[in-house]
Amino acid sequence: MKLKRIKSFVLDDKNFLGLLGMMLVLLIVISIIRPAKFYTSNNLVSMLSQFPQYGIMSLGVMIAMIAGGIDLSVVGLANLATISAALILQAMIPESASSLQAAGAIILAIAAALLIGLVGGMMNGLLVSMLNVPAILATLGTFQAYTGICLVLTGGNIISRLPSQFGDAMGVKVLGVIPLPIVIFAVCVLAMWILLSKSAFGKKVYMIGTNRRAATYSGLNVKGVITAAYMVSGVLAAIGGLVMMGRMNSAKADYGSSYTMQCILIVVLGGVDPAGGSGKLKGVVTAILILQVISSGLNMFSQINNFYKQLVWGVVLLSVMVIKYLAATGRPSRQIR
Amino acid sequence: MLDYILRATDIEKHFVGVKALNKVHIEIRKGEIHCLAGENGSGKSTLIKVISGVHKSDGGVLEICGKQVSQLSPKEAMRSGIQVIYQDFSIFPGLTVKENIVFYYQTATGAKWINWKMIRGKAMETMALIGLHLDPDELVENLSVADKQMIAIARALVNDAKLIIMDEPTTALTHREVQNLFRVIKGLQERGIAILFVSHKIDEVFSISERFTILRNGENVVTGDTSELNRENFTSYMTGRQFERDSYVRDVTDNAVAMEVRNLSLKNGFEDISFQVRKGEILCIVGLLGSGRTELALSLFGIRPADKGSITVNEKTHAIRSVNAAMAAGIGYLPEDRLTEGLFLLRSIADNIIVSELDALTKGPGILDEKQCTAEVERWGKELAIATPNYGNAVQTLSGGNQQRVVLAKWLARDMEVLILNGPTVGVDIGSKHDIYHILEKLAAQDKAIIVISDDLPEVMMLCNHVMVMKDGRFIGDFDIGNITAEKIAVMVAGGEKYETMED
Amino acid sequence: MKRLVKMNETYVFVVLALLCLLVQARSGQFFRVYNLIDLLVALIVPAMFALNTHVVIASGGIDVSFPCIASFCMYVVTRILQMIEYQGSVVLAFVMAAVIGAIMGALNGWLIASFRLPPLIVTLGTQSLFTGVLMGVLEAIEISGSKLPSCITSFGLQRLYETVNPENNIITYIPTSLLILVGAVIVTYVILKHTMFGRSIFAVGNDENAALRAGIPVKRIKIAVYCYAGLVAGVAGIVRMCITKFCHPTNLTGIEMEVIAAVVLGGTSIAGGKGSITGAMLGIALITVMSNSLLLLGIPVQWQTFCTGILIIFGTGLSAYQAMRAGKKLMRRTKIQPAEKPAAEGGQTA
Repeated sequence: MKLKRIKSFVLDDKNFLGLLGMMLVLLIVISIIRPAKFYTSNNLVSMLSQFPQYGIMSLGVMIAMIAGGIDLSVVGLANLATISAALILQAMIPESASSLQAAGAIILAIAAALLIGLVGGMMNGLLVSMLNVPAILATLGTFQAYTGICLVLTGGNIISRLPSQFGDAMGVKVLGVIPLPIVIFAVCVLAMWILLSKSAFGKKVYMIGTNRRAATYSGLNVKGVITAAYMVSGVLAAIGGLVMMGRMNSAKADYGSSYTMQCILIVVLGGVDPAGGSGKLKGVVTAILILQVISSGLNMFSQINNFYKQLVWGVVLLSVMVIKYLAATGRPSRQIR
Repeated sequence: MLDYILRATDIEKHFVGVKALNKVHIEIRKGEIHCLAGENGSGKSTLIKVISGVHKSDGGVLEICGKQVSQLSPKEAMRSGIQVIYQDFSIFPGLTVKENIVFYYQTATGAKWINWKMIRGKAMETMALIGLHLDPDELVENLSVADKQMIAIARALVNDAKLIIMDEPTTALTHREVQNLFRVIKGLQERGIAILFVSHKIDEVFSISERFTILRNGENVVTGDTSELNRENFTSYMTGRQFERDSYVRDVTDNAVAMEVRNLSLKNGFEDISFQVRKGEILCIVGLLGSGRTELALSLFGIRPADKGSITVNEKTHAIRSVNAAMAAGIGYLPEDRLTEGLFLLRSIADNIIVSELDALTKGPGILDEKQCTAEVERWGKELAIATPNYGNAVQTLSGGNQQRVVLAKWLARDMEVLILNGPTVGVDIGSKHDIYHILEKLAAQDKAIIVISDDLPEVMMLCNHVMVMKDGRFIGDFDIGNITAEKIAVMVAGGEKYETMED
Repeated sequence: MKRLVKMNETYVFVVLALLCLLVQARSGQFFRVYNLIDLLVALIVPAMFALNTHVVIASGGIDVSFPCIASFCMYVVTRILQMIEYQGSVVLAFVMAAVIGAIMGALNGWLIASFRLPPLIVTLGTQSLFTGVLMGVLEAIEISGSKLPSCITSFGLQRLYETVNPENNIITYIPTSLLILVGAVIVTYVILKHTMFGRSIFAVGNDENAALRAGIPVKRIKIAVYCYAGLVAGVAGIVRMCITKFCHPTNLTGIEMEVIAAVVLGGTSIAGGKGSITGAMLGIALITVMSNSLLLLGIPVQWQTFCTGILIIFGTGLSAYQAMRAGKKLMRRTKIQPAEKPAAEGGQTA
């Protein structure tokens, strides 16, 4: 019985199968080209600590897209949340602070960041659901606004030399082996799984993303659910930002500028329909891992700088969409999305 | 020697696994008004597409104005004088009236430059031909549905049409607008233009066409002069079945009042509406498009909350200002436009059934109880006999009749006291229509209160035990079914003008 | 007159006028000639972008890759001219940029039209692709001063009109490149209003299916639209170089949001099919005046991004709100008959 469930989990979803296939191909290619450099524990651990930050953010973009919209402001909101947290940390943890004081400040900083994520997401949600502003425009606008506030708060400068306590906390290895960011990522994925697949709220998000009008006529609280979806996205953006800040030990208004593009690539690759109403978590998580493998793979070649990566992301995104189009049969699908 | 505009003989058309047209023939004479009738899936849409060049036929002969044509393309069809007006009219709402009218002419003649003067002139000229008086510089999006249709007709005329095919043209028109349309069509006939009128409304077939062709399951059933047609044989041609129906006789005078509405008014919607519905009663609100009937339904359901008046359900008065309030009061609504307002086409049948009661199907903090969900879906799926091999299939795989059952299931799952159905059998084939009547009667027998909004008089006479006639925002008549005839209702509804119905 | 009041463009014009007056009131310097010329010059390149964005959005699509196309053309043309040690007229630079831009735009159009992909995501992808090629493969760097081809600098120095600020003896001038904007506006206007191609663009933006039925080659139109957008963007890149005497490959990044917001503000519906060049120009003027007048308004420069963001939110919010109200007005209205006198006892219309 259990075997049957696993089989169905994997095989029923063509998109997921495709992704697994892609991952397999990638790993094979890397095994042929540079197995020595890739399959080292150093590299694997390094990979594990890189993807959580944009991985968590893409979970946010995922729920916004399923709700029928898109969230282009995740990076701006993440930066705003982390810069605020950084300022709090700097203000409240002087050189001579005790661990208790530091712990309290860290908790406060995290709380502030999450709150900002929540409020920022709510702004997005209200614009999209109450004023009917197209999500593209609303989130592009809020992205500007949030980045703008960051610039005002930092004067365009980097906030570095954060109290080491935060960085240390983020560097903790759970059970001595697993970096904390991965654990945070796993918790976020679990929470999203429960939210999207198991809860009434999640089902509502899918229905509203499929057909807003019918959702109203069926008594669903469309405005509330959409706003809540963006609030979730905002909180995830904040969490991703905190993870990023932990790793970089600094905060800046333009960090993560390539993440917007990457997050969209991840969710589209992961099978989320840009029109809304569909998308599975297993697809998105696999897409996150695929992106990390590609990223690390590219990193092994010293000639390839960050810009080359952008090129690769662009090509991958376009290719994925074209392939999906060509693979579609064109007949109305009998499978549920 | 009869002059034929179009002769299609032994037309065949296959799609993957389906034979859409099997040796179909149709002949349309010059200046004739010909009606093409058939249920959903009968092949009439496919036939139209073959005639207008959108689909290439897989067999058979197509003759236009006496000349045989093979491999017809849409552009060639247009050049030969065949114009199709689809249900959405294919107009451009953001462009002006004059531009819409002359658009096809421009593309047909391959014009590269715009001569606004010429466009204006041609548009005014053509509008005058059909008695249409619109501001040529007005944006089409600001106009009524009937005006948009007239623009589509004018557009066909500019292109020197010899045959105009109209696909279900009266669906969104008020009675007065239908009469105007018929007048215009007769005017076109006088200019020698033939009209192929696709419709399943028997009254229209009778009042406007001279000859008719009926298709069923991709084959010809019958073709002939309309004078040979009557209500009974029409139905049997369309469905292949005979339907015996008695009016549903119900005595509900002793039942409790389920819903009472007093002096309900909505600006630009309706005024001073008062009525009662008892448990077990099926009340029909009859009114044509424009009578305020949909606005009334939307007010009762909280989408367009009323300005004044009260709504009482089961002796409790509710202020219904939102959909949730309506649902909390026990009122459910099946909208006119099933596809865009009632269903989530790409989602599963199961999801569509439980969508309105998600919060009730939870255990713990908002987590769905899957066993309960499955149980609910199976219960209502069986109860309403929804024909599907798997409730996980997308709703769009179902037929119109089954889709309507899913919408009904959604409300039954919520256990509503009062069900309001707006045009419940529009777009549903006759077989499913009667099944839906059956279901509604069963619900009434279970003491639900049912309000049906319809302008299909035979349906009204068959289904309900009380009729309220609505016109221009007010109730103008209130009858028990035994005290009124369809003819009388028709006259009231149309406001005294003779509504042409066939006397049985 | 009534129509004038109903038009979106009127409102944008009024807000723009009010803004100018506000800045004048706060600083007393808005209507000085040199300030107006500065604003005009600052407006040239964004206005060209607004032009191509207007056309793309009117066709029902969207393009966020145009700043990349402009930067790409700017850099590539400069490098090519440097390599061949070009000494001729600047016209070649424009032509080359137009061709390269058109090709890049054609890629956008081909992907969007042939595979029915969502334009936003496609152009996000090509934005990444183009930037990656520019910065990664070509390793673009800033080029300025004497390293710029002479034709660029000399064209950039040509002026239509010049004035001197008496307080500090700084010369401000209207560059000849303004004529390129004017030319682009005229050409675009003629195409959109007086050719079947232009009208078809609006038709496609209104309803693709209806356009297909009308016999419009929808796929070709879409590709042509994005091609055109790329062409104008390429030319705009060269113009920017002429104006700033700088070739900086990433300076233009991020301007797409402002331009799109400006065009939508000006009345071009984001869904497509409606809008005017006038509106788009007014919209971009509003946004440009605002961003450039912050100093005169006494707002520190750091606030610029934030203010732009707020303006975008406010402008698109207002547009959306207006659209909602217009939608409500179009809802079916019943003509309610007046109440009848109470019928005689036992009477029933029969």
